[in-house]
Amino acid sequence: MKIENCKKLFLPTDEAHIKDLKKDEVVLLSGTVYTARDQAHKRMAAAIESGNELPFPLQNAAIYYCGPTPAFGGMVIGSCGPTTSTRMDSYTPLLLEHGLKVMIGKGVRSDVVAQAIKKYGGVYFSAIGGAAALYQSTVKKCELIAYPDLGCEAVYKLTVEDFPAVVTVV
Amino acid sequence: MKHIDAAIVQNELSRLITDCLITPDKAVTTALENIKTESYLERTAAALIVENNKIAESKRMYCCQDTGQAVFFVKLGDQTVCEGLEDAIHNAVKSAYKNARKSVADPITRKNTGDNTPAIIEYFLTRGEELEITFLAKGAGSENMSRLYMLTPADGEKGIVDSVVDAVKRGGKNACPPLVVGVGIGGVTETACMLSKRALLRPVGTNNSRADVALLEKEILAKVNELNIGVAALGGNLTALAVNIETAPTHIGMLPVAVNLQCHSLRHGSVKF
Repeated sequence: MKIENCKKLFLPTDEAHIKDLKKDEVVLLSGTVYTARDQAHKRMAAAIESGNELPFPLQNAAIYYCGPTPAFGGMVIGSCGPTTSTRMDSYTPLLLEHGLKVMIGKGVRSDVVAQAIKKYGGVYFSAIGGAAALYQSTVKKCELIAYPDLGCEAVYKLTVEDFPAVVTVV
Repeated sequence: MKHIDAAIVQNELSRLITDCLITPDKAVTTALENIKTESYLERTAAALIVENNKIAESKRMYCCQDTGQAVFFVKLGDQTVCEGLEDAIHNAVKSAYKNARKSVADPITRKNTGDNTPAIIEYFLTRGEELEITFLAKGAGSENMSRLYMLTPADGEKGIVDSVVDAVKRGGKNACPPLVVGVGIGGVTETACMLSKRALLRPVGTNNSRADVALLEKEILAKVNELNIGVAALGGNLTALAVNIETAPTHIGMLPVAVNLQCHSLRHGSVKF
């Protein structure tokens, strides 16, 4: 499916570009995103609090709440749709404070997170929950960069191209 | 007595699980293809999900990355012998999930079991030589949004309607709509919960054979679709495809209502031996 006349955004991005985004706008995302879900967030929050190094630079970074299925048969990555963002809410303000700008997931965010997103000039995109095979086709590169013991919950650096998402909190 | 070879059960189940994880219930895709909505976002989301399901089928890929915890409903006749049946079910999960996501962990340590076992198995003892096994993949997104309401008899039908609508209102946006809403009413707590999950297996578009219950299903479905949650929770009128209610007699002092939300990746199937 081709989404016509749609805005494009290259990641990583910055506050100046995020300011141009409007709620409910469909955007095609391209560039670098890092996967992280429950356990990776727990570890990153602990790393920040204890002054340890993070698995990737948070400044202007984009996190995709996603735990893919394994790649097989020569695929770059397995099926990789978004997971529920609410579960990351308790860690999100801390990550925004340390430079995170873009989050992609599914479902609602808490009021506290919405306020933090506005305060730090970030954006939360909704991806289409359950569209994991479709999103798989937008991933051009996938590299395991941290927490391999977490399996599907490890942090992967993804290069995506024309990943459809909807501006939900900005 | 009918004897069934557990090795055959294991192989058949493994194949069933893989097929189910690739292709969701066709009724979901059909409903999304035929969606009537004013909302551009809802139309776009519906089209993307339809495309997703087609990609999954043509590339033999999993339609959703959350390949779930494996739930089984086993109807076992009292004239059927299948030695090692339960091991066969767990082993089928192990082999079928080799390429799928391992999503099962210890609840305290969060350590992954590594092979998506144990499966969740519910047995029904029936008469005769039957063995029918039904698989349902249950992902966290929708299961997490499920609820149990311990109402009183005084709450009555209004209480039931309000509770189900409340569950969808609170959790529907996170549960990957359009949903199938499974409702279990009656029994004790676990009866209601088990009924609510079993209700998800009833084909989309059918109603309970009891007229009064069917009316409740229609009333709740209409109310849920007025919540403006819509496909992918982007606003719209297709929040739920179906409300399926199953009932059981309960205590004179009780009215348990369990609501089990199912995402649009409705992955289930049965095999008979």
